[in-house]
Amino acid sequence: MAAKLGVEFEAAIGRYMTVEIQGRANRIYFETAGQGIPLVCLHTAGADATQYRHLLNDAEITRNYQVIAFDLPWHGKSLPPVGHHLEDYNLTTDLYVDTVMAVCQALKLEQPVIMGCSMGGRIVLQLALSRGEELGAVIGLEGADHQEPWYDTEWLHRPDVHGGEISAALVSGLVAPQSPDEFRWETLWGYLQGGPGVFKGDLHFYRVDSDYRDRVGDIDTNQCPVYLMTGEYDFSCTPEDTLRTAARIDGAQATIMEGLGHFPMCEDPAQFRRYILPVLDQIRGKT
Amino acid sequence: MDPNTDILHSIAAAVNNDAAMVHRGRYVDLDFLLSIGADSHFLTISQGRIAAITPGGGLMRPWRFAIHIAPEAWKKFRQPLPRPGYHDLFAMCKLGEARIEGEIHALMANLRYFKELLAHGR
Repeated sequence: MAAKLGVEFEAAIGRYMTVEIQGRANRIYFETAGQGIPLVCLHTAGADATQYRHLLNDAEITRNYQVIAFDLPWHGKSLPPVGHHLEDYNLTTDLYVDTVMAVCQALKLEQPVIMGCSMGGRIVLQLALSRGEELGAVIGLEGADHQEPWYDTEWLHRPDVHGGEISAALVSGLVAPQSPDEFRWETLWGYLQGGPGVFKGDLHFYRVDSDYRDRVGDIDTNQCPVYLMTGEYDFSCTPEDTLRTAARIDGAQATIMEGLGHFPMCEDPAQFRRYILPVLDQIRGKT
Repeated sequence: MDPNTDILHSIAAAVNNDAAMVHRGRYVDLDFLLSIGADSHFLTISQGRIAAITPGGGLMRPWRFAIHIAPEAWKKFRQPLPRPGYHDLFAMCKLGEARIEGEIHALMANLRYFKELLAHGR
């Protein structure tokens, strides 16, 4: 079969780099394609940067943007730092900001646009607030300043339940029912193969250390424009959560995306493209 | 016959004829209660097969866990393309349209199986 299908190389290439974050060395894997404005893509909790493979291979985007997608430490092909076997992973706002900025500095990115999904859509709000002068814009996919939890994260990491299987089964409901099966299951594969306790450790940030309701009003969108885009089937970060957040930020633009759930860039790339292309055009001043 | 018996029997036939589903549920042996409003059924799962469907919630019969869904929400959930909020069991729980109680370890450890069982054939 493989011979009949032939070989197709993608535009995206992958590399490794070791960067220091909060005094520890972290070996980080990233993929990149294109040239122009740096567009740094942050994956969802418990997953990896494979979620952005469609953007990395979209010539209409990479003509004007250098797309960069990296696996957070503990995720995908990035390693956990040395000593990980003796600790519980718990992401915090400070560690997340330091990680994103360390990657941007290591790659010498100037005024990058940061696009994150879910917990990535949360941290971009903090980045816009505290590091906005260094950024071109932020795009929060499935992002809000806070949201109500809908299950007990203790289920995600215990010896009598398979962590990957329960994580995938939980988030399966966040994929829109009309998203193509191929991409639904590719998205869920990211959760099925996560390291033990990693999704739960990400959710420490999401649930415990990132209630930004008291601070998003201070974001200066003249300095760092804010775009929020949420799928109508997302019941974790609901359209109402996103619209409420946007209403608190002067100048923020919010879009509710039809036929999409919590993983727009990977659950239905064609549908997401309809929404993200105009935003990327707007950011580079074309419209 | 109560309003949901037919649909539950059609779900059972479809699940039992779906070899991949039965395989996914091969470690599941239990009774759970499914209540659609006041209309309750015990579903007996045996090694991934739906072995029996017994109507009636007032039988003083034990169950491992129970899933309660509002009748209108169940109708919306069973549509081929459900509206947002009615497309997933946990989405309905968050909306207050469904409720899960009891010893839910078996549900969580086999969550894909039980979610696909409820949505089978929609």
